[in-house]
Amino acid sequence: MNNNVEITLNGNKISVPAYISIMEAAKRNGINLPSLCHHPDQRVKAHCRVCVVEVEGRKNLVPSCSTQVADGMVIKTNTARVRETVKTIVELILADHPQECLTCIRNGNCELRQLSDKLGLTNIQAEPSVKRYPIDLSSSTLVRDNNKCIKCGRCAEVCHHVQEVGILYSHNRSTEICISPEYGKKLSEVSCVHCGQCVLACPVGAIYEKDETSKVWDAIQDPEKHVIVQTAPSIRVSIAEEFGLPAGNVSTGKLVSALRNLGFDKIFDTDFAADVTIMEEGNELLQRLKTGGTLPMLTSCSPGWINYIEQYYPELLAHVSSCKSPQQMFGALAKTYYSKVSGIPAEKIFVVSIMPCTAKKYEAQREEMRDSGFQDVDVALTTRELGRMLRSTGTDFSTLPEGQYDEPMGDSTGAAAIFGATGGVMEAALRTVYEVLTGEELKKLEFEEVRGMEGVKSSTVDIAGSPVKVAVAHGLSNAKKILESIKSGKADYTFIEVMCCPGGCIGGGGQPYGSTNARRQERIEALYRLDKDMELRKSHENPAVKKLYDDFLGCPLGETSHKLLHTHYSDRSA
Amino acid sequence: MNNSAQNDKYVFNFNFDEYLDIETYKQRGGFSALESALKEEQDNVIKKIKQSGLKGRGGAAFPSGIKLEMVNRAEGAEKYIICNADEGEPGTFKDRFIMTHIPYQLLEGITIAAYAAGAEKGFLYIRHEYPKPRKRMEQAIKELEEAGYLGKNILGSNFSLELQIFSGAGSYLCGEETALLASIEGKKGRPQIKPPFPTQSGYKGFPTLIHNVETLTNIPKIIEKGPEWYTSLGTDDSHGTKLISLSGDVKNRGLYEVPFGTSFHEIIYEYGGGPLEGHTVKAVNIGGASGVLVPPDRLHVSLEYGTCAEEEITIGSGAVFVLDERRDILDNVHNRVRFFLHESCGKCTPCREGLRQANILLERFRNAEASYNDLEKLERYTRVMQDASFCGLGQAAGNSLKTSFHYYRDEYISKIRNEEPAEVIA
Ligand SMILES: Cc1cc2nc3c(=O)[nH]c(=O)nc-3n(C[C@H](O)[C@H](O)[C@H](O)COP(=O)(O)O)c2cc1C
Ligand code: SF4
Ligand code: SF4
Ligand code: SF4
Ligand code: SF4
Repeated sequence: MNNNVEITLNGNKISVPAYISIMEAAKRNGINLPSLCHHPDQRVKAHCRVCVVEVEGRKNLVPSCSTQVADGMVIKTNTARVRETVKTIVELILADHPQECLTCIRNGNCELRQLSDKLGLTNIQAEPSVKRYPIDLSSSTLVRDNNKCIKCGRCAEVCHHVQEVGILYSHNRSTEICISPEYGKKLSEVSCVHCGQCVLACPVGAIYEKDETSKVWDAIQDPEKHVIVQTAPSIRVSIAEEFGLPAGNVSTGKLVSALRNLGFDKIFDTDFAADVTIMEEGNELLQRLKTGGTLPMLTSCSPGWINYIEQYYPELLAHVSSCKSPQQMFGALAKTYYSKVSGIPAEKIFVVSIMPCTAKKYEAQREEMRDSGFQDVDVALTTRELGRMLRSTGTDFSTLPEGQYDEPMGDSTGAAAIFGATGGVMEAALRTVYEVLTGEELKKLEFEEVRGMEGVKSSTVDIAGSPVKVAVAHGLSNAKKILESIKSGKADYTFIEVMCCPGGCIGGGGQPYGSTNARRQERIEALYRLDKDMELRKSHENPAVKKLYDDFLGCPLGETSHKLLHTHYSDRSA
Repeated sequence: MNNSAQNDKYVFNFNFDEYLDIETYKQRGGFSALESALKEEQDNVIKKIKQSGLKGRGGAAFPSGIKLEMVNRAEGAEKYIICNADEGEPGTFKDRFIMTHIPYQLLEGITIAAYAAGAEKGFLYIRHEYPKPRKRMEQAIKELEEAGYLGKNILGSNFSLELQIFSGAGSYLCGEETALLASIEGKKGRPQIKPPFPTQSGYKGFPTLIHNVETLTNIPKIIEKGPEWYTSLGTDDSHGTKLISLSGDVKNRGLYEVPFGTSFHEIIYEYGGGPLEGHTVKAVNIGGASGVLVPPDRLHVSLEYGTCAEEEITIGSGAVFVLDERRDILDNVHNRVRFFLHESCGKCTPCREGLRQANILLERFRNAEASYNDLEKLERYTRVMQDASFCGLGQAAGNSLKTSFHYYRDEYISKIRNEEPAEVIA
């Protein structure tokens, strides 16, 4: 589609591609038109109407998000008529909105608040019409505050079309319209997978994670507690965005220093546990291949994905690897191995994780995740919650010194780093499985075919003369495709990686607001750069992991591993 | 003023006390249009409709021939026809009349249009509150199928049409074509983004012709008597006739077939016999709830698409409601705002919030507690609603408000508590 059309935008004659919207044409030519319901990765909705513009020959104003440019179109985006209309629409939204900005979780990054500021709205003349709905606190991970909902439909769109879980709907009509689970049920009464993609999509403070930062502050204050923290692979490439820095910064050292400033006793790395995961999962795959176990084997590191398969496809649970996720392997090892090495009793150790994900909160609270004899992970914070803690202490992220992770759970490899990107677990596993099976060194470490944002990727890898077919899916709508193909017997894969969120963990529901696919791409690239620059790039070469097996675990899939690092799943379908 | 049965000046040829049966319909030339149409090329039928200048009678007045051609030319494994019999506009009762009195002419029109468009399946979307017309149509469809005018291989041709009745979801908005489609597909009856238009992607994504009952009922006569005959009715601007549902404070309420070019004055005073004894016309609401308020001194305007557009009069579905001096304009406008507030789907901001505010403000005017600033706000919200709403509901909901500000401003001013114009509020 190379066709261009000539349009006149506020008097400027410009040439733009024929298939784009007025909003996009304006954006490419220096004007960001306001929008609330529009999201760059979603279908156009045209509900909120704040993007309307004047088009010559049209009786009414037209929404720029849903109107395609046409040859000769004369567009005006800032006439008195447009300005008054847009301002009035925002005024009308605000009249039906609690004025609680100062104490709102979105105070600093609310799209509605920003728009009101941008338009210079200083007076709401419309009659206040806010009704008080009860806040839904029923979910273990998310809060829904319908009072702040502006009915943009972005959450429902992502829940239905990106995740295909489809539990958020728009109900009722007129001023009674309400976005919530069916029949106005609570979130805990429907099969929500806790992915948090709805949170990322919401422009305002109407859905957000259950904030657990005070639990962490309390633990840090408690002299009886030894508080340790682990950071997931994807946090180091996204945390900078919490400080307004561009996406795709690798800020591992600053992240460590920031955490040290907060008062954590030890700063460890989930990447260490990711390398352990590869050891266990790779060996599990080899064992399944040898003993005729259930294939294809599905990865298990993404808790939103585990929630999904347990609730929606329980009949396929035998395919799921028994490995715990890196977060939970870390937790179980922290309260056993680290306790032993450091001589600190497990009951005094308080494990905090910094995760890209709201489902990690749910995972940490699961009954199954207490194999150390204690709750293995005490609190899982999202990237956003960490951002909040850091901002509250006056952290100036860009000038922080470069810190170093602590021993003995701070060393990692490039294989672990790429866990945060879709295809990364697969690539890491292949690096190890190849070398273990063939006994030869892998010549090219990059498995390009499993990288990138395409929804379902597949590849055939030659290992010791036999072709191994693998697939990678991210976003639950793509996971669903894979599951359906397994169900119908059409999936002739050996190993499949599934991540709940688009792009993998770098696109998780706990990541900074504004996580568009474009930003996800930047974060992914940062992870691959990180991998490339690492000395060690294969999990089985991690010296700290070798030491862990030598001193504590024995061998992968051994008795201790089995007890601490593996789990089981249950049918949780409604 | 009933129209006589065989009058060549009329399209509908009905008697009010007559409920036509299939035999009488045939005797009066019924189905001859279908017979001849099926022998013609589809394009020829389309050409005749185009030449007739027939425009949609459901409100938007889009040229029927062009719509037919768009569906005919659209790519699609299947094509559909939908007859919109949702008739939700308050004060409109023409489609009900057609369905109960002359159902065969409607079905013949549907079949000819389907043939021209290339649609072999279709729906008759009947308003939920119309159980009797629905029964009548069910029976008529059965009769036609038995007689070979509907169903497989109509009149021995290659053309088949499978027609189903669908009961409306009971909301005004479901008459809007994309909401109607959503409702037939089993989804919530809310409007969808256009484009794609139903002509390209309608029912289940197939090209779909959607026409109002009245529009389709014109078609057999155009084919039977020819487009030249049709264009001889009405004016150069608007051909044919329009069914007018006349009600309110007028002597002879009822349904009239009125040639285009007739003035609203004639409609009210000649067809309707004028206001009730001892009373005077204060305002006329033209176009139903979504229509405008017209003062008596503007009734000389003639019923014509072009003229009415210039005069900002909405012909809409053809509802004309007369208000005499006993009626309160603000009452009337407020009732309509409440109607739309109830019927709004709520998905777009200007309609949902604009109507909410208009309701609050009108309440204040009716209680004589309003200020000048309230009037300014009401006008601003009305304009935004008209200018920026997603669908025709919100866009039209401001019509009566806007005309009331223009023609009946005094009624608002008289309800303002503080007679001093307020300082301009920043
Ligand atoms: C809110 C709303 C309600 C409508 N209700 C009806 C209706 O009840 N009947 C109808 O024929 N058209 C109705 N329409 C118009 C339809 O969208 C559509 O334009 C029409 O059915 C096309 O038929 P026509 O070309 O024969 O006019 C409505 C439009 C809107 C915006
Ligand atoms: S959601 Fe936004 S506008 Fe609403 S109270 Fe919070 S910060 Fe303010
Ligand atoms: S967390 Fe995920 S599954 Fe749950 S409502 Fe939000 S988008 Fe849907
Ligand atoms: S909860 Fe948020 S994303 Fe969902 S409709 Fe409301 S404002 Fe939009
Ligand atoms: S204009 Fe009204 S009825 Fe139409 S989409 Fe908007 S809210 Fe719904």
